[in-house]
Amino acid sequence: MTFLVPLPVVMPLLGAALTLMMAGKPRAQRTVSLTVLTATLLVSCALLYFSTTDGSLVVAVGGWEAPLGIVLIADQLAALMLVVSSAVTLCVLVYSIGQGMADGHEETPLSVYHPTYLVLTAGVTNAFLAGDLFNLYVGFEILLVASYVLLTIGGTENRIRAGSTYVVVSLLSSVIFLTAIGLIYAATGTLNLAQLVERLDALPDGLRLILQGMLLLAFGIKAAVFPLSSWLPDSYPTAPAPVTAVFAGLLTKVGVYAIIRTETLLFPGGRAAVVLLITGLLTMVIGILGAVAQSDIKRLLSFTLISHIGYLLFGVGLTTQLGLASAIFYVVHHITIQTTLFLAAGLIEHRGGSTALDKLGGLAKLSPVLAVLFLVPALNLAGIPPFSGFIGKLGLVQAGVADGGVLAWMLVAGGILTSLLTLYAVARVWNLAFWRTPPKSMKPGRLPALMVAPTLALVVFGAALTFVAGPLFEVGDQAAESLQERTAYVQSVFGGETP
Amino acid sequence: MTPNLVYIVVIGVLFAAGVSMVLERSLTRVLMGMILLGNGVNLLILLGGKAGTPPIVGLGPEEEMADPLPQIMILTAIVITLGMTAFLLALAYRSWAMSGHDEVQDDVEDRRIMQLAERDEGSGTDDTDHEATP
Repeated sequence: MTFLVPLPVVMPLLGAALTLMMAGKPRAQRTVSLTVLTATLLVSCALLYFSTTDGSLVVAVGGWEAPLGIVLIADQLAALMLVVSSAVTLCVLVYSIGQGMADGHEETPLSVYHPTYLVLTAGVTNAFLAGDLFNLYVGFEILLVASYVLLTIGGTENRIRAGSTYVVVSLLSSVIFLTAIGLIYAATGTLNLAQLVERLDALPDGLRLILQGMLLLAFGIKAAVFPLSSWLPDSYPTAPAPVTAVFAGLLTKVGVYAIIRTETLLFPGGRAAVVLLITGLLTMVIGILGAVAQSDIKRLLSFTLISHIGYLLFGVGLTTQLGLASAIFYVVHHITIQTTLFLAAGLIEHRGGSTALDKLGGLAKLSPVLAVLFLVPALNLAGIPPFSGFIGKLGLVQAGVADGGVLAWMLVAGGILTSLLTLYAVARVWNLAFWRTPPKSMKPGRLPALMVAPTLALVVFGAALTFVAGPLFEVGDQAAESLQERTAYVQSVFGGETP
Repeated sequence: MTPNLVYIVVIGVLFAAGVSMVLERSLTRVLMGMILLGNGVNLLILLGGKAGTPPIVGLGPEEEMADPLPQIMILTAIVITLGMTAFLLALAYRSWAMSGHDEVQDDVEDRRIMQLAERDEGSGTDDTDHEATP
C-alpha cells in the first residue's frame, strides 16, 4: 500500500498545474479542485487505516534508498493530521465556491485562487509526510509562498499592509530554520530524521541544545507561540473569510506538528520541556487576554487561536505519553473548531455586513441557523462538556496532575482559567452580535446554501469528535507511544540496522 | 570544509548587515536585508560540507570529492530566495502604488484598542443597545 503515500502531495500539485491552465474557466477549475481534494481525503483515510493496522508506510522517493534519497513517512501521527487537514481543506473549498457564487460574480474567487489553494494543500501534506529535515523545509516554503499569495489576493491597501508584515516575519522564520538545517548538517552529516536520531544523540550536550533552540525558534514563529505571535492577529483577519479559516486551521498546526516531531524524535529527554511549559502558559493566558479586549470577531478569534496553541505546548512540554496523546487529540479538535468558527465569522460578515461587534446585533432572531452554527463550535472551543474541547482539556489536566510538578500545576490552573476566559470572550460575541435589538441597517435575507453546508458539515464533524473520542484518543495514544519509543520510526525507515 | 576565518567573517558580516536592514521600515530595504541574510545562510550551509574535487565519478579518486549535498541544498535555497525576491518586489511596488510609499505600517485596529485602554474604556459598547444609541 506504499504507493498511496506520495499521492496526497502529488495529486494537489498536478491539480494546481491543471487549474492554472484552466484560468478563465471557473467551472472546470471548480471540478478539478473538488475532485483532487476529495481524492486526497480518501487517500488520507486509507493511509490512516493502513498505518494503524500494518504500521508506518515508508516510500523512498525516486527509488533512492534512505539515507541517500529522501523518504516520505506516513506513520499514525502524520496520517491522522492528513485526514483532518484534507477534510478541513475540502470543506473550506466548497465554502469559498459558495461565497464566490453568492457574491454574484463568477470570477471570484479569482482564477489564481484554485491553483494557489491546491499548492497550499500540497505544502501542508508534504510537511506532514516529510521524513527529512530539508524536505520539511521545502514543505514549509511551498505552503508559505502559497499563503503569501492567498493573503494578499486582490491586492487591496489593507491586505498589502497586513501581508507585508506576514511575509517578512515568515521569511525570517524560514531563514532561521535554514540556518538550523545548515548547522545540523555540518554537525552530523545527514538530514534524514531517522538517521539523525542516532547521530544527534552522539553530539555534545551544549551543541545539541543550540540546534534544538534554533529549531524551536523557527517553529515557534510559525506556530505563533508567545512572544513570537504578534504577527498573527495583525495579518489573518484582513484576508477573505475562507482563506483566514484555512490558515487558522492548518498553518499554525503545521508548526506545532514540527515541534512535536522534532522534540520527540530528535531531542527526547525533555531538556526544553521547561521552556515549552512556560511559553505554553504565557501563550494561553496572554493570548486569551488579548481576545477579551477585541471588538472585532475575526481579531477576537485570531487571539483565541494563539491562546489555544498554548494547550498544545502544554501537552508536548509534559513529555509523558498521556500529555502527548492529549496534545494530539487537541490538535485534531482545534483544527476543526477554529476553522469552523472562522467560517461562521464569514457567514456573520455575509449576513450582517461586518464583523465589528458594535455594528451587529439581533442575529439570533434574524438568522437562527447562523446562531446554531456559531454557538456550537464556540461552546466546543471553550470546553463545555460533552464537546471534544472538554475531553481534550480534561486529558491535558489529567496529564498535568499526574506530572505533579509546580510548573505542571500552574499550567493546569492556567488552562482552566484560559478555558473560562474563552467562554467569556465567545459569550461576549454572542451577547453583542446575536442578542440585542438588531440595528436598522440589517435587513432580513437568506444565507447561501453552499456556504452553510460546509460550515454545518464541520460543526457536525466537530461535535461528532465526542462520539469517536475513545477510538481517536486510542490512535493518539498509540501515536504518542511510538513517538516516545523512537525505534519504530527508525526501523520503518532502515528496517533494523542504522547505516 | 575546515572552517576558514575569511568565510566565517564574511558570513558574520552578511548576517549582521542583513539583520540591520530587515529592521528598517521600508520594504525595499527589508528585501535587501533578506537577500543578504539568504546569502549568509547559503555560505553557512556550504561550510558544512567537505571541500574537494568535483563530485563526478571517474574524474578523480572518490576520497577527494567534495560533498555535493550542501551545494544541492544551496541551489534549492537560491531558487526559493529568487521567487521570494520577486514576490517582495511586487508587494513593495503595489504598496507604493496604493499609498505612495513602501513602508510597513502599524496595525490600525491595534492602535485603536490601545487608545481605548489608555482612556480606560471597554473595547465594545457592551452595555448599550442599538436602540439606546441611535
